[in-house]
Amino acid sequence: MNIKILGSSCPNCKTLEARVREVLVELGVQAEVEKVTDMRAIMSYGIMATPGLVIDGVVKSAGRIPSKADIAAWINVAQAS
Amino acid sequence: MTERIERRLGQNSLLALYVVAAALVWFGAYHFLLPLTSWVAYSLLGLSATSRLGSAVGFFIYDVPKVLLLLAAIVFLVGILRSFVTPERARSILGGKREGVGNVLASLLGIVTPFCSCSAVPLFVGFVESGVPLGVTLSFLIAAPMINEVAATLLLGLFGWRVALLYVGTGLIIAMVAGWVIGRLHLEHWVEDWVYQMRMGESQLVEERKTWADRVSYGLQSVRDIVGRTWPYVIAGIAVGAVIHGYVPQDFMAHIMGKNAWWSVPAAVLLGVPMYSNAAGVIPVVQALMEKGASLGTVLAFMMSVVGLSLPETIILRRVLKWQMIAVFLGVVAVGIVAVGYLFNMVL
Repeated sequence: MNIKILGSSCPNCKTLEARVREVLVELGVQAEVEKVTDMRAIMSYGIMATPGLVIDGVVKSAGRIPSKADIAAWINVAQAS
Repeated sequence: MTERIERRLGQNSLLALYVVAAALVWFGAYHFLLPLTSWVAYSLLGLSATSRLGSAVGFFIYDVPKVLLLLAAIVFLVGILRSFVTPERARSILGGKREGVGNVLASLLGIVTPFCSCSAVPLFVGFVESGVPLGVTLSFLIAAPMINEVAATLLLGLFGWRVALLYVGTGLIIAMVAGWVIGRLHLEHWVEDWVYQMRMGESQLVEERKTWADRVSYGLQSVRDIVGRTWPYVIAGIAVGAVIHGYVPQDFMAHIMGKNAWWSVPAAVLLGVPMYSNAAGVIPVVQALMEKGASLGTVLAFMMSVVGLSLPETIILRRVLKWQMIAVFLGVVAVGIVAVGYLFNMVL
């Protein structure tokens, strides 16, 4: 699984990354967590607010920090498919 | 189907019950705050209301809970309001609007759209790329930080609703006019070239339908975030304000920040630029200074400069705007703020 955190130099991006890693540990799921800071790359996902969360190429949220329950649900769905 | 609707209705009435109960507790606390805190200061601690220490302590223990209560309530309500708007929705409202109307709408949307200055770049590119005019985009980017619910709440709590309303109203006018002026100047060539070459990906984000429970939890989340981040500044600011309130002689500020010192307004604007994000700590100090003779126009100008002209946001915007454009942007907004300052010093 590949997880991308979109956003450069915003405090919420760091919070989101930490939360994603926590959820991964709790679920015992292996995934590659990548930070995308290049603005063009971020924009190519069509989001207008950071941080963005992308799981296996699909944008799951933008401009907010989702709850751990939401993140866990997305990861589980991505794993099942 | 009907079962689901019934369950939804049941959940919503339970939710409404909680919200009403919380509101009642809030009003009760707010109502009894003054008698309670004066009793603590003047009876329990035995301070005299006219002594310096007494007036400083009385000021502090009344204003801290009052401002924090107001802050929690207003941030919650603004949070609910913001759960209805997203940057994507703002963009689709603004797309295809003419300048003028667009500037007015953009300034209003700038207030209610959830926005963090760290998202200024993707938002700018997203707006411009979908055909929102440059001046309209800038109206949005001026209003978003300048009219800020924390600053408005502190003004409401410490200066009263008139000043709070003046702040929101004049902030809106500055955002509309400054954006419109920049649009008239046709400075599109001072936007970094890569912005126009940008092809934004199609947004694949499916907007989830929010229930009222989601909106309430969004409101509570913003209370936790914003009050959690600003309360130390509020307490520190009110503490300094309390000391000024009790110990600085009357009319001390009249010479420096009074109506007759013409240079006080531009000086206040310059002073406000580096104080970004500390509006919560700055306003109580300024309020205490005003009691000592500083004038309202100067105070408002200072306030707007603190929240509206911020160094970090300018640095972020430099990635999409050439430096000439940054200079025009800062210049136009600063002139607007200074004009508001002089206007209120003259009128009030």
